[in-house]
This record gives sequence, structure tokens and C-alpha cells, in this order.
Amino acid sequence: MDRGNAVLQVRNLRTEFATRRGIVPAVDGVSFEVFEGKVTGLVGESGCGKSVTALSILGLVTSPPGRVARGEILFEGRDLARMTPREMGAFRGRDLSMIFQEPMTSLNPVKTVGNQVGEPLRVHLGLSAREARRRAEEMLDLVGIPEPQLRYGAFPHQLSGGLRQRVMIAMALICSPKLLVADEPTTALDVTIQAQVLDLMMGLKNRLGTAIVLITHDLGVVAETCDDVYVMYAGHIVEQGDVYRLFERPGHPYTQGLLRCVPDASKPGRRGPLASIEGAVPLLTALPPGCRFAPRCPWAQELCHRQIPDLVAVGEGHLVRCWRAEEGGKP
Amino acid sequence: MSDALVSVRHLTVSFRAEGGFFGRSHRRVRAVDDVSLDVEEGSIFALVGESGCGKTTLGRALLRLLPPDSGEVLFRGKDLARMAPEELRRQRRRMQIVFQDPYASLNPRMRIRDTLAEPFWTHEPHLSPREVEVRGRELLRLVGLRGEVLGHFPHQFSGGQRQRIGIARALALHPEFVVCDEAVSALDVSIQAQVLNLLVDLREKFSLTYLFITHNLAVVRHLADRVGVMFLGRVMEVGPTEELFSTPLHPYTKFLIGAVPLPDPRRRDRERLLLQGDVLSPTDLPPGCRFAPRCPYARDRCREEEPRMSEREGRKVACHYPLA
Repeated sequence: MDRGNAVLQVRNLRTEFATRRGIVPAVDGVSFEVFEGKVTGLVGESGCGKSVTALSILGLVTSPPGRVARGEILFEGRDLARMTPREMGAFRGRDLSMIFQEPMTSLNPVKTVGNQVGEPLRVHLGLSAREARRRAEEMLDLVGIPEPQLRYGAFPHQLSGGLRQRVMIAMALICSPKLLVADEPTTALDVTIQAQVLDLMMGLKNRLGTAIVLITHDLGVVAETCDDVYVMYAGHIVEQGDVYRLFERPGHPYTQGLLRCVPDASKPGRRGPLASIEGAVPLLTALPPGCRFAPRCPWAQELCHRQIPDLVAVGEGHLVRCWRAEEGGKP
Repeated sequence: MSDALVSVRHLTVSFRAEGGFFGRSHRRVRAVDDVSLDVEEGSIFALVGESGCGKTTLGRALLRLLPPDSGEVLFRGKDLARMAPEELRRQRRRMQIVFQDPYASLNPRMRIRDTLAEPFWTHEPHLSPREVEVRGRELLRLVGLRGEVLGHFPHQFSGGQRQRIGIARALALHPEFVVCDEAVSALDVSIQAQVLNLLVDLREKFSLTYLFITHNLAVVRHLADRVGVMFLGRVMEVGPTEELFSTPLHPYTKFLIGAVPLPDPRRRDRERLLLQGDVLSPTDLPPGCRFAPRCPYARDRCREEEPRMSEREGRKVACHYPLA
């Protein structure tokens, strides 16, 4: 699949946490690539490892108890996993930046938003305070904040959730980063505001050519924004592929189940029971020996419970971690 | 409507506004502002809207967990707002609520046995401990959990299981009316569907009437019989689910539905309806229609005169210039 330049290559990443019940692999052998100007989605339910993957990329895994135990995170040819916190600090906010779910906890409550948006320019690019202010106001305008000169001096608590998330986006993009990691960026927002913020992110991405890693549990958001999708389950990637193909021909029973669980608001209700996936995600302290989805899988057979399947290609760029991958995940 | 189980007439619920000198403000915010609606017996009525629209406040006022400023809440024709405490206590067992957060709504220091026994201690004190235990086991089986977990504490359960316990507790006294306030919003999608299906099954088993308070429009379209759309304390539109979704009458309804991301990448390039502007403050309402500042179709009249609810073909809408 020709996707242009890979900005980020994650290879065989394993991130572990030390717990009372022993070492727990929150991310277990994850590999993926992120291309210039493309949106790569990491999708899955709570505990699948998607957020820990994001934190690993950003060098923000709290250690101890966490650590990146294995693997490479290649960004522009350099391995982020082997950088010192100081080296990482020089990257973060400049070439590599992030947006989190809750802007209120990510913004400094005692600094004005304008000051925070302009800070990366002063820290990373050594701009003067006056120049940083001018550029920050421009950026606030670009992300659609009304009256940017006036809002420059506002504190985070004076803004609504939607405006705060716009401030976060302005701050993340002000140094024109090559890669933006967005962890559930619209989950805390109302649906009409979510639509505005996603529209803004896609517009800026097209304009600046930023590569985006989008972490979300919302398959609607994935369908609307992503180019490539990686579905995660209990620390593993279970399926990956181009967004159109993945939604049209999901190969893994888990992806198939997830897609069935999500009703479509644009189609008449079926009035019958909703599709669901029986059971619950396994605890990372008690992972099954075989396929991690096997205990919930309607098609699981003896082999599935015994041995973890590899990711198998079922089409161009379309990989599925299932013993029945060739049969489309079904018996 | 003659077969309404719960009817709300001109209900207003207000809170003291935050802010002012040392937080002493005398302004009041009307979280629910002159709302009227009917919930038919045996139906699922969905109340939708964005944060701060008053849907949760309305749900609580329906159960009289919050006192109204004015207006009536009729349960089988009797006004809860004017009921004597003893009478209200008797009525309460017929109305229950399932909260969003199963972590916060179960007492972490109580075993499930006691959590499920509490409604009986309060309302059926004549039952022996043995009988209460039997009822607890029945309730657990009803929501798909094993009786052995009676001795467990809430932290020993997953989010979905905790929500099942919340439902079991709500059903203990065989209520007629259950308010589900974002009952599945905190759960993963694969688990959400399990819990929603359980709620629908139980409705059939016990002929329950539900009020679903939610922001998840896709689920509403799939499950609800009727929908009410709220915006800044007012109901903007009420109607049968399918009609409301396929031909919305209020511009806000149209934009709210249009903003939902669709799980189909082939339709991502469709013409998208984007609402301009930010969330409005309930303390600073515009003089005319409260949606007018964000409404792309607003005309002069909308900015001057507040529209009243009008009825057409069984649907209700509060707009001077309804769509369709």
C-alpha cells in the first residue's frame, strides 16, 4: 500500500506495569506506521492498551510502575523509546504534540490561555514574547475562537469545554508538528461541538500536512476521520487495514461484533434486540493462554483457546489476528 | 393523552446561579423552564439534548428527587408536587431511577446482599431476613448474575455487572416507572448493548414504562417510542421516534441528529450540517427563541418573540418556522 512517508514507525512495542499481582503487559507486541497527512486510528474498548500506546509514544508512561519494556518507536529515524526525558522534552510540543480528552486537566489553570498557546514558540523556537503573542492570537483565530485578542487573556475556567479543546488544539499545532497524538479528543464534548472540533482538526491536518494518531472508542469518529485503522483488544492489535475495507469487510470476530453493536443514527431503528458481545474483556492479570478474544468468541474452537494466532494478511494491507482469518473469521 | 402514566404540566425547576460576590448571587437559573410532556404507559420515552439542557434535572423532578418551583408532575393523575410526605413515600416505590455511574451509585462498603435488601427494609419491613435473601437472589438472576455474588462488594464487579446490580436494586419493589439517566453511557459499547437489551427484556416482563435520559441518539433511534428534544431548559420538539429522526421539525433537532458521526466511511463526504457558535449560557438567555443565536434559519421574529409549543399531526414543536 503506497501511503507516502512514514512519520512514525512503532515496532513490537511492549509496555508493562508492575502491579501487586505481577508484571502486566498493557501493550503487548504492537506495531504500526503513521503516514504524513494521514489519520491513523487506534480503536478499542477500555483496557485494550490504546491510551498506553499513546503515552509510550510521547514518553509519558509513569515510571515506576510502568515502563516501555521492548520495541522501537521510530520518529524521523530516531528511537523515542531510547531517549532520555530531557531529549524527549525537546521533541514534545515541537515536532510531536498531543491533545487529551479533558482539556481542563491538561491546561494550566493559573496561566492565561494565550500565554499557554504561545509558550511552545518561546521555549522551542526562542521567539520573543511579542512575536509569540502575535502568532498565538493568529492561532486562536485559526482554531475558530471568537475575538482572539480578547480571549488571549482569558483563563481556562472562563471558557466552555469546546473552546478549551480548541485552545488545546491551538497549543498542539502552533509549532506545526509533524505528528499529533490525539487521545479521545472529542469524547468529553457535546455532539454538535464534537462535529465542529473534528471538522477543525481535519481542516488543519489537510492544511499543515500533520500526521495524526487518533485514539478513540467511537467507531463513528473512526469512520468519519481515519485513513488507517488498528483495532486493539487486551493489549494486542487484532485487526488492521484501510478504513473502507475494514468497515466493509471486517475480518476479526471482535471487529465484526463491535461494528454490529453500534447502531447507525441515520437509519431507521430495527426495534429488535441490539447486537452485543457476550462476556467481558479479560483482566490483564489473568489473560487466557490462546487468543485473547477466544473466551467471548462465538466461533472459538480448541486451537483458539490454546495458542495465540499471528496477524495474517487477508488483503492488501489488511491483517487479521485469527485462526480463521482466511475464512473471514467465521466457521 | 388519556393513557399517560406520567404527565408534566408547565414544570419549572430553578437553581441559584453560581458566581457573584463570594458566591452570593440572587439570580436563579431555570434548568427546566415551563416544560410539559406525557409519558405513555408501557412506552420508552427518550429525553435527549446536550449538557446543560436540563434533561437530568427534569428526570429528577419527575421522581420528585428535586422540588419544582411551579407546575405539576402527575403520576397516574396524582400530583407528586402536592403530595403529603407519607403518601409520597408510598408512591416512591412505584418509581425508580438507574444512574449513570455504577461506581458512584453503589455503596462501596456494603455487600450486594445489603444493597439489594435496603429497599425491602424500607418498604417491606415485615419480610424476614430469609425472605429478603431469597428476593435478592431472584433479582440477581433476573439481571443475569449468579446468586453467589450476594456476599461480594461493588469493587469485585466490572462496570457492566455493577450496572446490572443498579438495575436489580431499581426493580426490587416492582416499580411501574423507571428513569434511566445515562444508564449505559459509562460502559464500553459491547457491554452497553448487553445492558440495553436487559432493560428492554425487563420492560416486557414487568410492563415497565421507561424514561431514558441520554445523549446517544443512535441508541434512541433504535429503542425509543417517543423522543423529546431539550435545549437550555425548554423542550423544543416532541414526537414519535421515527418521524422525528426522518423529518425533524425543529432546526435544533435537525442539527443535533446531523452532528452524530456515522459508522460508515463511505458516507464521510456527505454534506455535513455544522452548527455555528458555542454552547449558550442558561444565565444569559436571549430575548426571543433561545436557539436563535445558533440557528442558521433565524429571522427577526425569532430574536424578538419566544415561540410557543404548537401541535401538528401528533407532533409538537416550539419554532416560528418549523421545517418540513
